[in-house]
Amino acid sequence: MNKHLKMDAPQPRVLDETRQGILGKGISRTEGPKKVSGSATYAGDNHPDGMAHGVLLRAGITKGKVTGFDESAAQKIDGYVGLFHGPKFIRNNAQGMADEAPVQPDCEVHYHSQPIGLVVAETFEAARDAALAIKVSYDEEGALVDPKSAPQEDQGGPDVGDLEADMGRADVTVDEIYTTEAQVSAAMELHGSVAQWNDGKLLLQSSLQMLKFNRNEIADSLGIDPENVRILAPYVGGGFGSKLGIGADAVSAAIAARDLGRPVRVIMPRQTVFDAVLRRTETEQRVRLGARSDGTITSIGHDDLVSNLEGEGFAEPTSQASQFLYAAPNRKMQQTVSRNHRTPSGSVRAPGEAVGMLGLEVAMDELAERLGMCPVKLRLQNVPERDPDSGVPFTAHSLTEALKRGAQEFGWKDRKANGARREGEWLIGMGVASAARKNMLLPAKARVTLDGDKAVVETDMTDIGTGSYTIFAQITAEALGLPIENVEVRLADTDYPEASGSGGSFGASSTGSAVFLACQSIREEIAAKCGANDFTLKDGQVTAGGKTTALSDLLDAPLSAVGEIEKGQTSEDHLSSGFGAHFAEVAVNEVSGEVRVRRMLGVFGAGRILNEKTAKSQLVGGMIWGIGAALTEEAAHDPRTGHIITRDLANYHVASHADVPEQIDTILLEERDDYANPIQAKGVGELGISGAGAAVLNAIYNACGVRVRSFPATPDKVMAGLDAM
Amino acid sequence: MKPFEYVRVNDLISAAGALDEKSEIIAGGTNLLDLMKLQVMAPDKVVDITRIPGLDKIEPKGEGLRIGTLVKNADLAADPRIRTGYPVLSRALLAGASGQIRNKATTGGNLLQRTRCPYFYDPEMACNKREPGAGCSAKGGVSRMLAILGTSEDCRAAHPSDMAVALRALNAMIEIRRKNGDTYQLAMDDFYRLPGDRPDIETNLKDGEIITAVILPRPVIGVQSYRKIRDRASYAFALVSVAAVATVEHGLIQNASVAFGGIGARPWADLDVNAFLNGKEPSAELFGEAADLLLTAAITDEGNAFKTTMTRRALIAVMSEVTGLREASVGSDRVGEIA
Ligand SMILES: Cc1cc2nc3c(=O)[nH]c(=O)nc-3n(C[C@H](O)[C@H](O)[C@H](O)COP(=O)(O)OP(=O)(O)OC[C@H]3O[C@@H](n4cnc5c(N)ncnc54)[C@H](O)[C@@H]3O)c2cc1C
Repeated sequence: MNKHLKMDAPQPRVLDETRQGILGKGISRTEGPKKVSGSATYAGDNHPDGMAHGVLLRAGITKGKVTGFDESAAQKIDGYVGLFHGPKFIRNNAQGMADEAPVQPDCEVHYHSQPIGLVVAETFEAARDAALAIKVSYDEEGALVDPKSAPQEDQGGPDVGDLEADMGRADVTVDEIYTTEAQVSAAMELHGSVAQWNDGKLLLQSSLQMLKFNRNEIADSLGIDPENVRILAPYVGGGFGSKLGIGADAVSAAIAARDLGRPVRVIMPRQTVFDAVLRRTETEQRVRLGARSDGTITSIGHDDLVSNLEGEGFAEPTSQASQFLYAAPNRKMQQTVSRNHRTPSGSVRAPGEAVGMLGLEVAMDELAERLGMCPVKLRLQNVPERDPDSGVPFTAHSLTEALKRGAQEFGWKDRKANGARREGEWLIGMGVASAARKNMLLPAKARVTLDGDKAVVETDMTDIGTGSYTIFAQITAEALGLPIENVEVRLADTDYPEASGSGGSFGASSTGSAVFLACQSIREEIAAKCGANDFTLKDGQVTAGGKTTALSDLLDAPLSAVGEIEKGQTSEDHLSSGFGAHFAEVAVNEVSGEVRVRRMLGVFGAGRILNEKTAKSQLVGGMIWGIGAALTEEAAHDPRTGHIITRDLANYHVASHADVPEQIDTILLEERDDYANPIQAKGVGELGISGAGAAVLNAIYNACGVRVRSFPATPDKVMAGLDAM
Repeated sequence: MKPFEYVRVNDLISAAGALDEKSEIIAGGTNLLDLMKLQVMAPDKVVDITRIPGLDKIEPKGEGLRIGTLVKNADLAADPRIRTGYPVLSRALLAGASGQIRNKATTGGNLLQRTRCPYFYDPEMACNKREPGAGCSAKGGVSRMLAILGTSEDCRAAHPSDMAVALRALNAMIEIRRKNGDTYQLAMDDFYRLPGDRPDIETNLKDGEIITAVILPRPVIGVQSYRKIRDRASYAFALVSVAAVATVEHGLIQNASVAFGGIGARPWADLDVNAFLNGKEPSAELFGEAADLLLTAAITDEGNAFKTTMTRRALIAVMSEVTGLREASVGSDRVGEIA
């Protein structure tokens, strides 16, 4: 009774015909009470009997070899158990969807503060003390930590038409360098794992986003069969990309637990999360735009320089949105990766768009300025008919509507000339930017079992604070006509069917589709049982042919089905992306260059909205990260060692409450993406960040006439511009 | 974290008796505990003074006030006598940390909070403050949060307190109890030492001595102002901060007292700057010259060179407000004759 769908054709809007009326409703997260009452168990909340505590040992050099460990001082510490290291230890977290062990460098050190061992003791405090007491000796080699002077690899990129020639001909051009600083995910829950072994099988409770991949990653790291690994991650306190792949906490805990024959817990202290979890690379972006004087863009160039360690397959896809957001016959986007020994980089919330759209959308503002054109109009005028690269049509595309609606609701017509609006020592301005985040569909499975009028959903999908529990319950309740309380959702256990995992904003639509397909299969059974194709399910009852029967009466045995989705032809012959528009009003202090965001509005077309409340929180969360990217977030690297020195949340500045305006609103446009998946939904969370920071940065320019091109626009940078005026 | 002994004392005599060279007083614990977890500080013994009665009062003293060392930052900022007579102090307190931290943090603890130099915080990095003679890895490192005045070859750390900057501008005195039970007072510049070649010795407080109170002189009539420039709207230490009080009489500046945060090895004041301002007619040019005077000794590098311009702009703005050249913004309050 399983249902498998390969997305080869657009899908009917079944969920617009169902009658329960729960899908889309902004209901509160079903697991919320457990979280606020402290009864939700996160990885680190598990304390199996006999558990020992591990603390990762950190390399004190940037590059070289570990030649020895002197444990003598540690051995004197009460409760010291031992030091674990060796060829199975991993260098850094696996990249998202790696599905295999990350680099295992044995005694080699490739970046400063790399985990090189695990110190285990009876208490966390003793383990931490012992980790500082162990003396490590090294053979040190020279390291390169400056992305500009380290060896660079050309990664290529789209090259269509003749950008250089067109830039020479264009009436108006922009050719500017924009830089962004390194960022970190900064999930609230620390990365951590509890590992225990039973009969050669590993039970891992860990804070992870993508369990089916994580299972293979840890099995490969340890050299065991994935069948012998079970991972549980029922609650995850934020991921933002940092928990896509297995981390040193999990691998080291598993190694130590196996050797010791007792459970081991490894929680990374906040500083270790900064040291040893993948960061977002810093970027240097050269954006080139050429246009005719009427505002028609003829050239888009977006070259970027990013960093990563040797052996990491990931490179921040900086120009991702630039490849399809606007039309232009001449397009060139060249990526270069600097191979240096800074902390390795990986996916951090909306990899690509989050930083790439700062460059592109600020450049668009500069172009509008040079054209003497309204920045909203410039964007409207260059919305492409089809994907400029491949020529395929877009699926539901709401950029135009988002820009128009946003301009209207935000009061864009009141925007003044640069520097023309002042309140005391604050200069006020408005900015706009487009939002775009490519939509993805990942293979996913989910099982739904209907027993009378109660349903259970099972899938190894995670809920990283985003609302998976809630929306799967809503999809099931809607499709099967059940009160939402009658649906139980069980997640994040590798014994359940393999889902997409959380990441890239694909979780809700991919795994949500699998849940829907399982329900569809059950609906077909019900149809067969009542002998009618035309039937309505509502409140635990089925109505067909004018007759209403309770599901519990209709079904004599539970119905169970696994739904499975995978992408198909529609992703070849269409381009599916979320689109939107960001509007921001800021105040710039003319003395200090400090910037305060006064209000923000995001208008988004993201397919069917499964839960208005969780969707809005995702989008607002994204917009807040946008404020961080524009104004405050910067992981500072030591120029000699390359490691991050802003190693805690006092020094790494995510936006604080006071940085977030009271008025931060979203408008969700009515949209269905029939080509994306059978529930017509698209990714939501990352769309909120994509472009958001650029609206803030453009508002700074409108407020005071200072164009900052090095982000974040901290007070010193804005002030330098003001001081020069 | 290293195991340590915890001692709770109920009076100052037993507090002094419990203190030795390997112990630390704990008050709010908001700084000490963080540093103990990182093993940046590792006392053998922690002496809890928070149960000692009487240390949490704000009382009149002469023409001013005596603030007990255990008065919480939040309570001090909210006290009506502080708000009317010393608003610069309220403003500075409220510009620091977060509501939760201010509810725990104490007056004495705030004065003695350690620097936020990132290299001091990281046991893997050499630091003369943590380990005398180890070297200073902040030199040549990321310098955004480091000081530009009063530093030495061995230490570039900035003093992080906002409260202390306002207290310095107010010419507060620190009341200290000697081990033998006597008390004496130190002016702030005599209390805080400059790093020199012993950055680990931050104050002139001796073993067994306890801060018992901070004494405020009579209020300065006129406008008082605190301006803190920081990397985010809240919950960030100052890049630059300026506290200023002054009176304007017959168009001339009197009683000017300006102090700076974020740029000094200690809560920074320059008596030459105050003297330069006094007796003169307020003007933006004058304040700019005062900034030049202040900053002649500044030592900067690429990462913190902006602090000179920022200090200059902040000083001009603050003094303009204090002297009535400019309309007062949030952060400036008028102090009238107090009945
Ligand atoms: C995240 C964060 C952000 C912060 N932001 C700011 C900010 O923006 N601005 C700012 O100014 N501060 C800030 N702070 C620091 C905060 O103000 C201090 O942590 C606090 O004031 C310390 O007071 P406490 O009572 O908790 O001190 P404790 O931690 O208890 O003690 C600090 C030190 O003072 C000593 N001590 C305490 N009382 C006495 C006494 N009576 N006699 C002798 N020695 C004593 C202790 O031995 C210890 O060495 C921040 C702190 C945190 C954690």
